[in-house]
Amino acid sequence: MFLVLAILAGALPASLGLSGPAQAGEFEEALASLAKAKTKGKIAAIDVIAATGDERAADVLTTFLGGNLYFRKADKKVLIAKKSGAVYVLTDPLTNKEIGQTKKSKIRKIRINNRLRKLLRGVLGGLTLLSKDPAKRRAAADAVFKSRALSALPVLEQAIARETEDNVKERLIMARAAVALDKSKIEAERLAAIATLSAFAVPEVRSLLGAIANSKTSDAVRAAAANALVDIESRLAFWNGVGNVFHGLSLGSVLLLAAVGLAITFGVMGVINMAHGELVMIGAYTTFMVQEVFRNYFPGAFDFSILVAIPAAFLVAGAGGVAIERGVIRYLYGRPLETLLATWGLSLILQQLMRTIFGPTNQEVGNPSWMSGAVEVTGGLVLTYNRLWIIAFSLMVLLSLLILLKKTAFGLQMRAVTQNRAMASSMGIRTGLVDALTFGLGSGIAGMAGVAISQIDNVSPNLGQNYIIDSFMVVVFGGVGNLWGTLVGAFTLGIVNKFMEPFTGTVLAKILVLVAIILFIQKRPRGLFALKGRAVEN
Amino acid sequence: MASNMPRNMPAPENRSGFAFLLTDTGGKVLLAVLFLSVIVVPVFNLWIPEGAPFHLSTFYVGLFGKYLTFALLALSVDLIWGYCGILSLGHGAFFALGGYAMGMHMMREIGTRGVYGNALLPDFMVFLNWKELPWFWFGFDHFWFAAIMMFLVPGALAFLFGWLAFRSRVTGVYLSIITQAMTFALMLAFFRNDMGFGGNNGLTDFKDLLGFNLQTDNTRVGLFIASAVALALGYALCRYIVSSRLGRVLVAIRDAESRTRFFGYRVEYYQLFVFTVSAMLAGIAGALYVPQVGIINPSEFTPANSIEIVVWVAIGGRGSLYGAALGAVLVNYAKSYFTGALPELWLFALGGLFILSTIFLPKGIVGTVPAFNVGAGIKAAAAKLIGRVRENLGGAP
Repeated sequence: MFLVLAILAGALPASLGLSGPAQAGEFEEALASLAKAKTKGKIAAIDVIAATGDERAADVLTTFLGGNLYFRKADKKVLIAKKSGAVYVLTDPLTNKEIGQTKKSKIRKIRINNRLRKLLRGVLGGLTLLSKDPAKRRAAADAVFKSRALSALPVLEQAIARETEDNVKERLIMARAAVALDKSKIEAERLAAIATLSAFAVPEVRSLLGAIANSKTSDAVRAAAANALVDIESRLAFWNGVGNVFHGLSLGSVLLLAAVGLAITFGVMGVINMAHGELVMIGAYTTFMVQEVFRNYFPGAFDFSILVAIPAAFLVAGAGGVAIERGVIRYLYGRPLETLLATWGLSLILQQLMRTIFGPTNQEVGNPSWMSGAVEVTGGLVLTYNRLWIIAFSLMVLLSLLILLKKTAFGLQMRAVTQNRAMASSMGIRTGLVDALTFGLGSGIAGMAGVAISQIDNVSPNLGQNYIIDSFMVVVFGGVGNLWGTLVGAFTLGIVNKFMEPFTGTVLAKILVLVAIILFIQKRPRGLFALKGRAVEN
Repeated sequence: MASNMPRNMPAPENRSGFAFLLTDTGGKVLLAVLFLSVIVVPVFNLWIPEGAPFHLSTFYVGLFGKYLTFALLALSVDLIWGYCGILSLGHGAFFALGGYAMGMHMMREIGTRGVYGNALLPDFMVFLNWKELPWFWFGFDHFWFAAIMMFLVPGALAFLFGWLAFRSRVTGVYLSIITQAMTFALMLAFFRNDMGFGGNNGLTDFKDLLGFNLQTDNTRVGLFIASAVALALGYALCRYIVSSRLGRVLVAIRDAESRTRFFGYRVEYYQLFVFTVSAMLAGIAGALYVPQVGIINPSEFTPANSIEIVVWVAIGGRGSLYGAALGAVLVNYAKSYFTGALPELWLFALGGLFILSTIFLPKGIVGTVPAFNVGAGIKAAAAKLIGRVRENLGGAP
């Protein structure tokens, strides 16, 4: 069937002003010529072999690319030879049958160089264009785009005609246009190819058109390429901007998760918890432990491990938070600077504890299958699923927290205690319990942040240290005691960071953001969304 | 507004000469110990031969010298935290900047003795293929210039930072957090190779200082003496500041910032002054530290380092200058011991110290252990003053 298709395909490209297709039966001839020809002749032979569409073509060319194609010195017959101990086992590429063994001295390898390898890859790409797997077809189309091998054209036409998947078809058309632009000698065809290509705002097309616009060719083609280039540049810039916003949102969502727990303990309770980062780390280690259990006992259900890890991390970190509040912080209310020091001490202890238990190295935390992979929007913009999930998760956490604070009895008591402890107490609210639970809530959210961070970052005892300063910056920038401020603060910092990175580099962007926040705090000491009223003075 | 202050307030100006130094018993002990060590250490190190029972090895001379620079650093933090209520979590940055100034001078003194033998460029610049010296390295071949920069650079940074912060009334925990961000940003910046400060390797491989070979015992002892003298002078300066009228305003700011402002004092000027002085002291401490340890790199800027300084002060005793010095030496001695003997346990111990000292020793060692309770007199005086201020305001707490 392949053969029939290939012959049919052979009829099509004659209209493109290209050399006609090879006839069936030329396969043997072209193969035999590989033994004698120099590089130029080999290129011609490879093109012929590919154009025949012979079913043996892919195997032979793959063998050639792999460096296992030889010829016999005696009669120049082309052979596939595989080393087996001291001798070489020979296979006839025409029949694909073993035809005995020989010594190394009787055969000689058919030389291959980089130019040929590049061509072979493109040609082979052309040959897999008809594969059953869409991903392979797509990869093959991209390979043809890169190599722009003329020989792939017949099969390419064939593949376009029968392609059902839109996104693969786009790639195929793109590849066809690239070949036509590169190899065709008719100006009108080249202009048409440029018109086709200008619809694809991807970096590969940009570099191809850039090369054409600066090449020695007719003015009309150069001008068309330059025009298309401008168009593509502007669309690429747009998608690049969209990509920056996405990456900024992604960074912002991580900051939001890390900071929202802090917004509770620092923003609502006024407790500076320097061990907050370590609670995040505990959440990440809880994820690791949960995954270990799944790996050992329910390997089939590994995809659900994250769903178990989220509540587990909330409980473990939350319990840790309650213990910290009851054990240390409650003795230090009203002495914020001392609280800061004591919790810093705690963070040292927790880090060292994890180092003692799990060792200083990174722990292996896996992504469930529904979080791995990516969706490609267009123009080289790739959104990875884990980042998308984390953005959604951070917003869900913030939303549930807002509901908890504003709509539940516990939220009401919590706000009452933080606004006026004495009054709340005389109304019968058990302030000590509310303190402990509030702190536990903030810590539990830190634990959940740890689950999310474990999916994109290394899980090590230092994990918390990487986030603590950024989290404080988010809370201070957004305004203490206001969850919306935390949201806006986190996403602003994330996006600003990502927009600066291309110009300044990662580290300098971070430094500039820090300096900007320091300056911003001078202007608005209480952050973006400042609380107003008497409570501020204390 | 200041004329409304009570007339019968004790007048500190009545004391004359060096009275400010001699009224504080703990401080007198500190100065005496420093004086003694300046005599004893050289004798035991240089004149008693190696192997003899009382010989002090050069290693320990360097170690104690390092402790003394830490004590000066702790003193600078105590000046602002203990007397003005400014908790800086970025003082390590001023220390490191002073250290870099000294390090840059010593890098230039290496001259052609570096690995690449370039008379003008330090090794790391040759390695990075730089062709000429960056502008901010000019002048550092002269010691006098480096010596000015050691306190001018930290002082200028503190002045700028403090001017912005105190003017906007950024105080308390907010100030702590942004000072921490400041040192973090500086750490990231100094880790960059393009900054021209040696990247993450920092500055090292120093050969000599003012012509004295850094490896010889004599130079080591000289550096020790310089550190001791610097600590004594630093103590005297801090003591002078806190026992002056200005010092009393500082304490008032610490205890009731808004009220002090309502009296008509420009609180931000006082804070700015004392913050800048403190940063300069920290810079000098850093400059003396670097030749004794032989390296300065960006890890000195880590926020953890700055917080550790605060715990020295907290453990020693906040608001009693000699207590801060004592705390620095004690904690660092414990650190040297633990990291040698039980490295695993050091962070547990340090973390535990943070927690226990804040909960059980809010006044630090000198405020709690009776033998050290010599600063009580000053505290009583301060409490009296505050009491009077409160009385004048009508007794509101």
